[in-house]
Amino acid sequence: MSAVEFRNIDIVFGADQKGALKLIDEGRTRDEILTATGAVLGAAGVSLAIERGEICVLMGLSGSGKSTILRAINRLNEVARGAVMVEHKGAMIDVARCDEATLRDIRMNTVSMVFQQFGLLPWRTVRDNVGFGLELRGTPATERRRIVDEKLAMVGLTNWAEKYTNELSGGMQQRVGLARAFATDADILLMDEPFSALDPLIRDKLQDELLDLQRRIHKTIVFVSHDLDEALKLGNKIAIMEGGRIVQAGTAEDILLRPANAYVAEFVKHMNPLNVLRGTAVMRPAASLPREGDQVVLDKSGHVRLKVDGEGRPLSLDVDGRAGLLATADGEAGVIDDKLAHEADCIVAPVDLKLKAAIELKRHTDLPILLVDNLGRLAGLCDDDEIYRGLLRRLDG
Amino acid sequence: MYDWLTEHKIPLGIWLRDFVDLLTTHGQSVFDFISLVLGGLIGGFTAALLWVPPLLLIAIFALVAWLVHRSVGLVVFILGALLLVTNLGYWQATMETLSLVFCATFVCVVVGVPIGIAAAHRPWLYTGIRPILDLMQTIPTFVYLIPTLVLFGLGAVPGLISTVIFSIPAPIRLTHLGISSVPPALYEAGKAFGATKTQLLFKVELPHALPTIMAGITQCIMLSLSMVVIAALVGADGLGKPVVRALNSVNIAMGFEAGLAIVVLAIVLDRVCKRPERRSRKG
Ligand SMILES: Nc1ncnc2c1ncn2[C@@H]1O[C@H](COP(=O)(O)OP(=O)(O)OP(=O)(O)O)[C@@H](O)[C@H]1O
Ligand SMILES: [Mg+2]
Repeated sequence: MSAVEFRNIDIVFGADQKGALKLIDEGRTRDEILTATGAVLGAAGVSLAIERGEICVLMGLSGSGKSTILRAINRLNEVARGAVMVEHKGAMIDVARCDEATLRDIRMNTVSMVFQQFGLLPWRTVRDNVGFGLELRGTPATERRRIVDEKLAMVGLTNWAEKYTNELSGGMQQRVGLARAFATDADILLMDEPFSALDPLIRDKLQDELLDLQRRIHKTIVFVSHDLDEALKLGNKIAIMEGGRIVQAGTAEDILLRPANAYVAEFVKHMNPLNVLRGTAVMRPAASLPREGDQVVLDKSGHVRLKVDGEGRPLSLDVDGRAGLLATADGEAGVIDDKLAHEADCIVAPVDLKLKAAIELKRHTDLPILLVDNLGRLAGLCDDDEIYRGLLRRLDG
Repeated sequence: MYDWLTEHKIPLGIWLRDFVDLLTTHGQSVFDFISLVLGGLIGGFTAALLWVPPLLLIAIFALVAWLVHRSVGLVVFILGALLLVTNLGYWQATMETLSLVFCATFVCVVVGVPIGIAAAHRPWLYTGIRPILDLMQTIPTFVYLIPTLVLFGLGAVPGLISTVIFSIPAPIRLTHLGISSVPPALYEAGKAFGATKTQLLFKVELPHALPTIMAGITQCIMLSLSMVVIAALVGADGLGKPVVRALNSVNIAMGFEAGLAIVVLAIVLDRVCKRPERRSRKG
């Protein structure tokens, strides 16, 4: 089930909402709508489903409407048309239409937010800032203190609890912002460029910390960024926006390999594909490999053959009539035991092996890589040829 | 043309007089009630101040100043100033003035801060009251002294009312300023965590505006103090009385002493009301 779902929403800033909506239906651009009605198009026809436990990154140039749709999730922005469904206490609620009490309940318990400029209250100590949401909710003081201490420990600020926020560095302030958002134990976190105001080193560190936290707590995170590297690093799903519309939404690989239009292509052009592309994107699928009976032919000359079982699981390797050795690699790191690599004739690796890891393996061993899916079935072959082709196709595109 | 113009005088003054007459005939009970409440407030406060032995009260003031500001210089100054006033024989008058100033400030805060908040939330309201505030501060005091005298009679109450009219614009303006300068980001932080309107007011707007509101209150105290002589004209007790009396009898000595006491009180109040520096980096 989706945790958040935009259903065809339009957001218009300005008085003449009706006129603007009519022009949106005619497919006019933001500039045309601005001249005709004086209203600013915030978002048009946005549909997007964000699954539970997923990090979805909204990307795009400045002014493309990222913040606008993010803020529709907790109704800091009103939508003119369409529905914003949020999973709240087991039901899907349309935030755009729900009553005040439900909205407040959602804001207190289900959706919390981290701001680009931190949004901390300068007259409060770090502790009281982190406890802000709990205080609004009416959590008793002792309980609040316990939760706040826990969250402060989580972001490594235990010793700073009694300081005022302006005594902290930017990175620390944003940790306070994160702790405040985590404190209400909301399932959905909205993050509007939370790391943009920080210097690159701190940003990198906080990204790692966020990923680390996410592995433990499995929130649904909607993250706004205009930095593609950040998006690719964090996002399970990336939605690219232009002029208030989503032009493409999908996995990092999808966007990299099949950019929907020139705008997206421009976006991804300067991007390093090695960390993003995976075996699936470049391999020759098992189905297209030549077969002879229960054997799959792996090389052009037909010297190397792989015997598979009925399910397609690799059984044994035949190299020019002698039995070959299959060595299993660690897919994450792209490493393999040296001695094993020396004796092996072929490497077996998980299918979601990153291209970078695949190249690393090739460089070490110069052996063909067999990719297997999570049930152990042969998924495809990844050799020099495939890797080069994968890279070239990317570069051509 | 000129003759015609002068012969057909618009009876503005008469209208206002009639209006005040109307108020006195029909609203007398209301004004009596206000008079009673304010008179009780100021009378009670004065009585309380005068009930404490002067030296003890001076010690208490010094102690409070020390607790708030932790400044030896200030404490020494306050002790010196208040002892001087006592020595000159104006202790009672000083306490009466202090009482008037505090009561006026109290009324200004109780009425002015809510008006300032309401105005900050409704731009049209502020547009509406701004000319009235300007008027209250620019119109010569004597002009409204007469109607207040008619409505509330002689004594401390018309003095208090005139003082309030003159000084209430300060807290209203500064409350408005403080509340309307809350950064949108802080509102959003509040809203995003589910704050109600009341919670926004008490947990975001007022804390943010507090320094500005305090500045407004300090201003209000100073403005009230500047009204003591005028208040004395309608019969309010305090340091204004000897000044007025000195004026009438051309008594240079008395006028100087009473004037000095007012100045000393003004400086003391100003120093005490200044916000102590926060120990953190920025305010
Ligand atoms: N409250 C508002 N009133 C009027 N126009 C607005 C408002 N908020 C946003 N807009 C307009 O909507 C458009 C999209 O703004 P938005 O803040 O969503 O952009 P963004 O993609 O987040 O950009 P950035 O990366 O600069 O934050 C902009 O043209 C902006 O001028
Ligand atoms: Mg933005």
